[in-house]
Amino acid sequence: MIQFDRFVLDNGLRVLVHEDPSTPMAVVNVMYDVGARDEDPAQTGFAHLFEHLMFGGSINIKDYDEPLQRAGGENNAYTTNDLTNYYCQLPAQNIETAFWLESDRMLSLAFGEKSLATQRKVVCEEFKEHYINKPYGDVWHKMRSLAYTVHPYRWMTIGKELSHVENAKIDDVKNFFFKHYRPVNAILVVAGNVKLEQVKRLAEKWFGPIEMGKKYERQLPVEPLQTEARKLEVEANVPLDAFVKTWHMDARLSPGYYAADLLTEILGGGAASRLYQTLVKEKQYFSSIDCYHFGSLDAGLVAVDGKLVKGVSMDTAVKAVDEEIEKLKASKIEAKELQKVINRTESVIAFEDMSVMSRASSIALYELLGDASMMNTEFQKYQAITIDSIHDYANKIFANNNSNTLLYHAQS
Amino acid sequence: MLDRKVTPTIEEAVHFDLQLKNCDRFTLDNKVPVYAMIAGAQDVVMVEWVFDAGNWYDKQPMVAATTNFLIKNGTTTKTAYQINDFFEFHGAYLNRSCYNETASLTLHCLSKHLETLLPVVREIIETSIFPEQELGIYIQNQKQRLSVNLQKCDFIANRLIDEYLFGINHPYGTYSNAKDYDTLNTDVIKAFYKEYYLNGCCKIFVAGKMPTGYESMLNKAFGTLPLRAEPNAVVEHPIVTASQKKVEIINDENGVQGAIRMARPFPNRHHPDFQKAHVLNTLFGGFFGSRLMSNIREDKGYTYGIHSYFQNHVHASAWMISTEAGRDVCAATIAEVIKEMEILRNEPVDREELDLVRNYMIGSLLGDLDGPFQLIGRWKNYVLNGLDENYFYKSIETIKSVTPQELQSLANTYLQPDDFYELVVI
Repeated sequence: MIQFDRFVLDNGLRVLVHEDPSTPMAVVNVMYDVGARDEDPAQTGFAHLFEHLMFGGSINIKDYDEPLQRAGGENNAYTTNDLTNYYCQLPAQNIETAFWLESDRMLSLAFGEKSLATQRKVVCEEFKEHYINKPYGDVWHKMRSLAYTVHPYRWMTIGKELSHVENAKIDDVKNFFFKHYRPVNAILVVAGNVKLEQVKRLAEKWFGPIEMGKKYERQLPVEPLQTEARKLEVEANVPLDAFVKTWHMDARLSPGYYAADLLTEILGGGAASRLYQTLVKEKQYFSSIDCYHFGSLDAGLVAVDGKLVKGVSMDTAVKAVDEEIEKLKASKIEAKELQKVINRTESVIAFEDMSVMSRASSIALYELLGDASMMNTEFQKYQAITIDSIHDYANKIFANNNSNTLLYHAQS
Repeated sequence: MLDRKVTPTIEEAVHFDLQLKNCDRFTLDNKVPVYAMIAGAQDVVMVEWVFDAGNWYDKQPMVAATTNFLIKNGTTTKTAYQINDFFEFHGAYLNRSCYNETASLTLHCLSKHLETLLPVVREIIETSIFPEQELGIYIQNQKQRLSVNLQKCDFIANRLIDEYLFGINHPYGTYSNAKDYDTLNTDVIKAFYKEYYLNGCCKIFVAGKMPTGYESMLNKAFGTLPLRAEPNAVVEHPIVTASQKKVEIINDENGVQGAIRMARPFPNRHHPDFQKAHVLNTLFGGFFGSRLMSNIREDKGYTYGIHSYFQNHVHASAWMISTEAGRDVCAATIAEVIKEMEILRNEPVDREELDLVRNYMIGSLLGDLDGPFQLIGRWKNYVLNGLDENYFYKSIETIKSVTPQELQSLANTYLQPDDFYELVVI
């Protein structure tokens, strides 16, 4: 059970405080309700580029990192398709430095041309390092645009193409900032060796004067129900054939999400999971195979992703995966298998909660989802899953017309 | 009126009184030492069995790594699947890792399951059988993985730079080749297992909220095995460095980035310069605000990240600079690194910058001491490198007191471009 207190400033900023006197550190976590899904299709990669610009100086402070490091702190940030999260950890005595820094960049960035010019380059190098200059680096670019036709999950957080980032202008940056980076669209979590009253005082002092801004009302196109199977075959300069297949699953807050999560565990969670045991160990069609999902807030994808053993035909491998999926649809799982994936989930939650940083970001995420206290009832939702609900859900999502297949052939 | 231009007052981290929490020590009936850090709020534990079974003891390539990987793939009573399923059913993770000097088995689990799980770890250490079929699958999949990795410029660069520093026949410089996998067989694996695991030199590290009576649980499961506390017989490996200092390799004609590695040999942790050089390294390329990051990423935008660090080896170390940069700016990146070395040699670091580095290092150390797993990790590092808590207190003292002149003098000793290998792989 993770304890926390919550209050809201007049400007709409939600503040959550998690006291943990056992650590000498404090964590300040600011989550903004904006991700790659909120981008203009002609300007993808912007939310992530923006994350970089948040370190390029704010209206009153020319450098974010230096004062934080001087206070003994460290920080980082990440952008997903759904949200952007900034976090720093520093000795609890120096927590005011984090309030000063985070509030100033929420007040306004410096919007320097030099910072934009440099970070455009840095992000382009990041794009190259992870998605161009790596074998199979473009798999998810291709899969996302195959599986989604209208929803903005059809592009990656890094962006659809380099040119979108290269062409970013300072006015675009300003508009994006004042649309999304306002108190009313943000959540502040302060955790660690702190006191509620102290956080109230500091939050009022540093964040209170910032103008509320306009609540961003998200209106994303809804992905229509997929009615027939889609397939894409590509050939690339890679040594091994690869296979990725996805199926649409439910959104984060739907009951189906928990069933989908357990299904990915049954199929691909660990070396005794069904796909690994059957396809890597017994049949030896794949040298590696995984099953996972991204925890997307809107309706996401369940994915099976594997590399074929050299000499095995794509056709044989695809059929073998389908057979495993069909088994799940045809017969119900044993009670012991359900117990196993629930036990694994219990363990994952306990290990995640070890670090105060991870507790802080969980609190922020559940608050973004609507109610931070959901983090304490999450495990019960998994415990409520039954053999029958797993079976029904497998039959619901693993329908052929709900599937997207990417056959990634090694050039011969 | 709030003045946002004024920095809030801070308590400088250099004034903190950092204490390293002591770990408990005891020995099992067979004298195997146990190091324990009992702390934490969550009901989770970690147990690590560290064997002197790293590739330092290889008589032919990849035997140590393969033995380590396959040790949980079958015992006299259980198949690989049954073992995996057993741990997974309890939400536990039994991982294995092979390093240069040591190789380990690590168990992470909920405290309530520890007593059930330990006997099966014992069974693995005592009766692992290394089935032919498991070895065959492993070799096939490792070769495939290697073929993918060989397309990556960073992977190639990491292999080659180690070879230049230590020589291809040295454990620190060697790397896997597809043909070496074909020389493996279950006889050599079983022999290695018998010598270095079953009858091996073992240390046990535990951390977290251990259940009551865990000492006797450990003793019951592991105190009666023929494990040793005495170290292995000494094995020497001569270091053979490469003569050519600058190498450029085109691995992929269409590559859009180059993996740059610059490295020089450096002594191990026992050398009197080591801790001071650690401060110099932090300043140079060891954190986000370092000179290399500020110049090459934040000013020039040549790369997503550039870092300098010491490689963690017991016998010898290396000082390494590592980055992936745009293909057309690789030469410019190297020139900037050399320029930054020159500045460190020619100009003493100013007080303000050094104070920042000191505070950053102490603050980050404080964060690293947070939590039982982090603490036992630090203790393990000391134990395996023949150090003790004095090393911790001395390193804090060094961070607080090292002078700009000392750092400049170190830069003149070590940051000489001619001493560095310079490798670009595209």
